[in-house]
Amino acid sequence: MAAKTLTIDGQLVSAEENQTLLEAARDAQIPIPTLCHLDGVMDVGACRMCLVEIVGTPKLLPACVTKVQEGLEVRTNSERLQRYRRLLLELLFAERNHVCAVCVSNGHCELQDLATQHGMDHVRYAYQAPNLGVDLSHRLYGLDHNRCVLCTRCVRVCWYIEGAGTLNLAGRGTGSMIITDLNQPWADSDTCTACGKCVQACPTGALFYKGATVAEMERDRQKLEYIVTAREKKQWNV
Amino acid sequence: MERLRLATVWLGGCSGCHMSFLDLDEWLLELPARAELVYSPLVDTKEYPLQVDLALIEGAICNADHLELIHQIRQRTRTLVAFGDCAVTGNVTAMRNPLRRAEAVLNRAYIELADLNPQLPAQPGVLPPLLDTVLPVHAVVPVEYHLPGCPPPADRIKTLLAQLLEGRTPQLAQHQIRFG
Repeated sequence: MAAKTLTIDGQLVSAEENQTLLEAARDAQIPIPTLCHLDGVMDVGACRMCLVEIVGTPKLLPACVTKVQEGLEVRTNSERLQRYRRLLLELLFAERNHVCAVCVSNGHCELQDLATQHGMDHVRYAYQAPNLGVDLSHRLYGLDHNRCVLCTRCVRVCWYIEGAGTLNLAGRGTGSMIITDLNQPWADSDTCTACGKCVQACPTGALFYKGATVAEMERDRQKLEYIVTAREKKQWNV
Repeated sequence: MERLRLATVWLGGCSGCHMSFLDLDEWLLELPARAELVYSPLVDTKEYPLQVDLALIEGAICNADHLELIHQIRQRTRTLVAFGDCAVTGNVTAMRNPLRRAEAVLNRAYIELADLNPQLPAQPGVLPPLLDTVLPVHAVVPVEYHLPGCPPPADRIKTLLAQLLEGRTPQLAQHQIRFG
């Protein structure tokens, strides 16, 4: 496989030609913040946290879905990017009801971690306070739309790893919602196998094990990557 | 050295931030040497005084009294700190905002969920009317510094206060601005 050479934050980096900028940066120990990315699951560039600057390109590009190219000069942490990332986080917090103090994922939340990493000590935008429900119909899991950031990790693990196709995205813009089957209560879903991969994938407190209370939801992300790797390398028969 | 005129204020919150303030333990004994507590739920002053140097505001703006008081505080205070998650974000007190109107909130609490004797509390002149929307402090008046946490742990309060008492611009570490 042909290798490509590019510069990331002034550092000369060698990458395989089908790698993304995010993969190349991580191989070179250059951190880029992400939210909708999940190791082992296809990327969609939904959250825009991983936007990077490329010299000679006016647009900012999401590192998770941009392939490496020979001679690219990439900047991952300029003042402008830091400013936009904090702005994005503030908009995410303002869009729905993220009440960290009473959230199942308090202390184990990727959104909360990103906020502290980006110096977000308050939100400058008006909180939208939408009136959203919580689906507690499923026997094992709960779905709290108040905490959802619409990263679609749960949808992707449901379709591409489990192959059940239960979870989906309905609506547009801020009216978008995660739905189960034909927008019916989760318990009425014919397709859900109750595998729990969606719960493992969720970065916030939107998907949780029923019975988990404040700060109790901890997840094992490596489980998903482990399943994907085992399948791709045919280490077991499915 | 002249002592700083310090106020702490309890608006729409559970007083947990003030409890955390009391967790400063022996540091509270050193504090009077550098600051004079001129207004607080912990001291008996009815009127918010003039020329306050620093005020820690616990709680969100939830009712008409809070709204009136916060404007008075802003006029009379040099530096405001939004003290804890309710002041910074609205937090638990703002969880009623999806119901949109104060009337809907009161109905929910006192009529729909009442087991006995459902009725709306009405004591004009005693109970301040609720605002339709609970607001973080910075959405109503300008705020100099934010101290997140539910409640902010005592060491976090100390870090901020110690820097302010020395006249420095406070710097908080990443883990010290975590909500929740």
